[in-house]
Amino acid sequence: MEPIKTFQGTMAPLAINDIDTDQIIPARFLKVTDKNGLGEACFSDWRYESDGSPKPDFVLNQPQYASAAILVGGHNFGCGSSREHAPWALMGAGFKAVISTYFADIFRNNSLKNGLLPIVVDEETYQQLLSLAEEEPDTAIIVNLEQEQIVLPDGRAVKFPIDGFSKYCLLNGVDQMGYLLELDDHINEYEEQNAGRVRTTQAGD
Amino acid sequence: MGQTLFEKVWNRHVVKPQTADSPAVLYIDLHLIHEVTSPQAFTVLRERGLPVRRPDRTLATMDHSTPTTPRNLDGIIPVLDVQASKQLDTLTRNCEDFGIPLYALGTEKQGIVHVIGPEQGLTQPGMTIVCGDSHTSTHGAFGALAFGIGTSEVSHVLATQCLLQSKPKTMAIRVDGTLSNGVTAKDIILAVIAKIGVGGGTGYVLEYMGSAIRALSMEGRMTICNMSIEGGARAGMVAPDDTTFEYIAGRPYAPRGQAWMDAVNDWRTLPTDDDAQFDAEVVLSADTLTPMITYGTNPGMGMPIDARVPDPDRASDVSERVALDKALTYMGLQPNQSLLGQPVNVVFLGSCTNSRISDLREAASLLRGHRVAEDVRMMVVPGSQQVKAQAEAEGLDQVFKEAGAEWREAGCSMCIAMNGDQLAPGEYAVSTSNRNFEGRQGKGGRTFLASPLTAVATAINGAITDPRQMLEREVIV
Ligand code: SF4
Repeated sequence: MEPIKTFQGTMAPLAINDIDTDQIIPARFLKVTDKNGLGEACFSDWRYESDGSPKPDFVLNQPQYASAAILVGGHNFGCGSSREHAPWALMGAGFKAVISTYFADIFRNNSLKNGLLPIVVDEETYQQLLSLAEEEPDTAIIVNLEQEQIVLPDGRAVKFPIDGFSKYCLLNGVDQMGYLLELDDHINEYEEQNAGRVRTTQAGD
Repeated sequence: MGQTLFEKVWNRHVVKPQTADSPAVLYIDLHLIHEVTSPQAFTVLRERGLPVRRPDRTLATMDHSTPTTPRNLDGIIPVLDVQASKQLDTLTRNCEDFGIPLYALGTEKQGIVHVIGPEQGLTQPGMTIVCGDSHTSTHGAFGALAFGIGTSEVSHVLATQCLLQSKPKTMAIRVDGTLSNGVTAKDIILAVIAKIGVGGGTGYVLEYMGSAIRALSMEGRMTICNMSIEGGARAGMVAPDDTTFEYIAGRPYAPRGQAWMDAVNDWRTLPTDDDAQFDAEVVLSADTLTPMITYGTNPGMGMPIDARVPDPDRASDVSERVALDKALTYMGLQPNQSLLGQPVNVVFLGSCTNSRISDLREAASLLRGHRVAEDVRMMVVPGSQQVKAQAEAEGLDQVFKEAGAEWREAGCSMCIAMNGDQLAPGEYAVSTSNRNFEGRQGKGGRTFLASPLTAVATAINGAITDPRQMLEREVIV
């Protein structure tokens, strides 16, 4: 995973609440065995007509948002299915961060593990960012993970919450598997102490 | 202060406690996997040269992209396309290479991942259970802590049998009273989600309690826990009791003899202590519940079946109005209209929410002696091959077939529309599954979520029908 530190990007506004992962990447695109190539299918049903031509009024098809790196979406972003294909698809479509007033748990976890930053802001900031994205699509904001803040064009900085562990992993490009593997002694000890409690899937009689 | 069921199960599984710098490390007792969310996790293991730490605590099945049509005459199972075949083959190879038991397509234990765990007796009270699937919350019906994870986390569990987790908050969902005839577990959970909203449970583990929950069968409790995720909660739990123990006893992986006695004694210590505190509480009365139906494009957009579709003009704020407008446009419905009498094209009885033997029995009991309406396609998709065999032994398949419904092989089928079972654009379905998101059952398809009884009543009349009417009529006849 590439480390994330500070980046600048323009925003695409998608002012819809409860955007579910079935919209972010419909199930028919899940028949893959790798993570690549999902960007094209991101928001497929909102983005394309049934003949495959782009719907001109959908935000991702509008030229002013073509290079947006930050998606601003309504509350409970990423609800529904646990498919990690959702952050893979958003990243494939060029996004580095999603801003919302809150995220669904599994989506947030999945995003953090892939380097897609889920940024939680209050309702007022959300509305401001939406207006900014709509009225001045070329204006970039700065995302500073180290400082846990976004910086608006007028210089105002807004803090966002992120747990220390995820922040450390993102800043250093460390994946969490490595951390767990180093706990081998702890896990062995736990297994010894709790050996008998659970029957295994191979002990059926 | 006492502890909740959740806290007891959580505490038993902490390998390393949460600190200021790192989340807790939680041990996982049972890891279920399927073909769609596991391939990329195995790729990570291969790239790093890692084995699966506990293949004996891992179980795989094929369900999402599997066909539900029978074998061809030449004995071949008609998998939809090359991509689906590749996904199924990849799972087979991964299970072989890493020593994981697999309930493969075409074998007698295959089925939907959340149906087979309980069915085999693998799902037990006090366990931690995960799967790369959000409806893993189903297993919480047994007093297990069970939740869905992403594919990165699947690779973590495969390699270490552990997960990094920050501790969620707890919410009590108390449902007291008695359900009236025609009102089921599905209606309870649709009412809960309509009340708390699709994001209302975010950050919480729910515990369902109260006399109405205690009175439910295990399969009813599974229906309820299954949809916890539709309220945004990672997990839902029900304290284990005699109903739980009776269900587990004698199943293939249940403990036997002295081990069984010890297990039950231990499980009896799990229920929430009287003086335990929850972070939030929601109360619902079972006495006043009616059959529920959804009218919109998320499971929180639900209402009593005889209510009227809400009017966006009366929404409490702008974003709610926008959401409602968008949903009604997609669904092709008018504000203030009744859904009773709304024609449908398809009735889907299946999914990990409502495809167990008691669901099929209940549906068949209402369908017996009737026919599915002329222009309605009714699909009945049992949750597992074992459920299918049991239903056939009881002659339920005959009831469905004689009524004109399709009797299919086990799988996720039209719940997720990955295997060719899907709605055509614009078609309406009453579905016993758990998600009515846009396009969930096929691009452009429009879903009303409801109970098996409502589904059957609708199939018979070809239009959305309150099952209580039919039940009353049955009594008079
Ligand atoms: S039946 Fe539907 S919800 Fe359940 S596991 Fe399958 S796809 Fe997921």
